[in-house]
Amino acid sequence: MTVRVRYFASLREKMGRIDDTLVYENIATVADVWRAVSSGRPIPDQLLCAVNMEYAEPQSLVNDGDEVAFFPPVTGGSG
Amino acid sequence: MTVTVCHIPFSPYAELEAYQQLMGDEVRRFGATAIFVGTMRDLNLGDEVTHMVLEHYPGMTERQLEQIVAEAQARWDLLDVLVIHRVGEITPGDSIVLVAVWTLHRGAAFEACRHIIEELKHTAPFWKKETVRDGERWVESNTKG
Repeated sequence: MTVRVRYFASLREKMGRIDDTLVYENIATVADVWRAVSSGRPIPDQLLCAVNMEYAEPQSLVNDGDEVAFFPPVTGGSG
Repeated sequence: MTVTVCHIPFSPYAELEAYQQLMGDEVRRFGATAIFVGTMRDLNLGDEVTHMVLEHYPGMTERQLEQIVAEAQARWDLLDVLVIHRVGEITPGDSIVLVAVWTLHRGAAFEACRHIIEELKHTAPFWKKETVRDGERWVESNTKG
């Protein structure tokens, strides 16, 4: 199973890269993806996640070919 | 309904004019237009901000904005909606976001316009990185509005 993992904003800077490609058999959820890219850490409380460009939860399921993204709280707009 | 992520400076007023021009006779149906324009300030958290970079998640941004507008269309009777959001390097005074809503009556226009900008701020994947005197910093939360 292959999953593309993308990072944005301050998380991208902390990770030191914009993405990873995971090729694993033992990934079922978004939390599993995070553990695979962060040396086994739990997902930080503030971090948001998306699967295929839709908001997701740590327990959301991940399938072969999915794009999983992690990012800090959003700060768009103005005023 | 049109949602656009804009990589260069834009004039919200010129965009509105151009958008309404394309509507033709449709403009005869509107009773109300509510417009929100968000502009970059030169002061944030007490510090002078010289410029900032707005990062986004291409693809997810457009999808989120379209969902926000679709939800508003389901809740209010909206005749048309235009949303434009800047990304990239931005300087104080630049327009960041335009939300325009065309309706029959003013109530729905004001309410839907407010709803769309608030939802955008909370769910659309944009992030601001400011440059201040001491260096750069990520903006970590939204202002209260």
